[in-house]
Amino acid sequence: MTAPEAPTTALGAGPGFVVQFDAFSGPLDLLLHLLREEQLEIADIPIARIADQFLHAIHELGLNQAADYLDMASRLVRLKAQMLLPRRSEEDGWEDPRAELVRRLLEYQQIREIAIWLGRSAERRAEQYARGYLPPPPELPPPPLTLDLLDMLQAVDRVIAGIPSPVLHRVVARPLDVESATRRIEQLLEQRDQFGWLDALGPRPTIVDVLSTLLALLELAKRGTLRLVQSAAFAPMVIARDPARPAA
Amino acid sequence: MTPLAQLLEAALFSACRPLTVEELSTLDQEATLTDVRVALEQIREHFDFEQHGVELLELAGGYQILTRPVHAAAIERAHFSVRTPKLTAAALETLAVIAYRQPVGRAEIEEIRGVSAGGVLRSLQERGLIEVVGRSEALGRPLLYGTAAMFLELLGLRDLADLPQAEELTIALHSHRATAEGDDDAAAYVEAES
Repeated sequence: MTAPEAPTTALGAGPGFVVQFDAFSGPLDLLLHLLREEQLEIADIPIARIADQFLHAIHELGLNQAADYLDMASRLVRLKAQMLLPRRSEEDGWEDPRAELVRRLLEYQQIREIAIWLGRSAERRAEQYARGYLPPPPELPPPPLTLDLLDMLQAVDRVIAGIPSPVLHRVVARPLDVESATRRIEQLLEQRDQFGWLDALGPRPTIVDVLSTLLALLELAKRGTLRLVQSAAFAPMVIARDPARPAA
Repeated sequence: MTPLAQLLEAALFSACRPLTVEELSTLDQEATLTDVRVALEQIREHFDFEQHGVELLELAGGYQILTRPVHAAAIERAHFSVRTPKLTAAALETLAVIAYRQPVGRAEIEEIRGVSAGGVLRSLQERGLIEVVGRSEALGRPLLYGTAAMFLELLGLRDLADLPQAEELTIALHSHRATAEGDDDAAAYVEAES
């Protein structure tokens, strides 16, 4: 439904034509609706017009519902063709091909009227309660588990199916300040022959400082400015001036 | 209230379905059907005169004690009882066809309603509103359906004669007229609907 206004059934109304099919209980109901909309009389249906409107209306249908409506559509199209046939004279005992459809529509209207009456009666009756209402039973503790292998495997499948696929994080590059870390280390090298990793970090280092310092150390070691020494695995790293280069 | 009326009141109170006069008469060997009817009338008057919250209703060929409609909303709010779910338009139309044309086969129901009826018939049968009452002599001996006792109970009817008669309907039943007379009826129906 695109627009809240009442559905227009004018011929060739185009995409503005909207019919809520759930609101109809069948093709006869839809047909009566179309007749009412146009304020047409059941006994004298302009078949050509109504057939076109009906076909237009069922274009909106899904295939599952369509079968019942298509049967009526084909009847209407056949009637439309029959109405076009030349008649001899009226006295010739010409039988109106619409008679059967009119009879069915009247019969259906009658059933609708009874259905409405039945619905009202049921609603009135529902206002009065009798004995015998049972409240929902109290919740019992679950029975002990009895499982066979297949149940178990199916349960495992369900659990595995429930595992969410890995979440991919977007990595945002943080600017590393390798230059100033290099400067700081070079200053330290000028003052001392060797110093510890923590000395190189400076006071209250952030993760960025740690990474910047590490990269600076590796770069300086590669250039041969200093040597990185660990006395044992996981031992604190000692940074020493390359003996080949005297202090500046 | 007479001792018989008291006994019947107790029986009706204990039952969760309408009880017929015949069933009620088995409570007391001495009581005739007339005695039972007189006692029932006494109970009904008692409930009405004393302005009880319940009333005695004639329903589905029997009698049942039901709460008065005025209390429905409060009872429902408190969840002491549950309102019967509404029937769908398809279910009501199918019931209408069966109520007036019974015994009736599936093909006739589908012809009148213009849609297939298998699903609706099954669910009406599951709810106990209709039942299979026989088989047609026609080809394939299709099942014939009729309304069941629950149908009257659900609608609060005494019997099928409580259904509207032809002259009460805007369009007469079994009318196959498609002429001027039918026109007027159709027009009246259209007005009533819109």
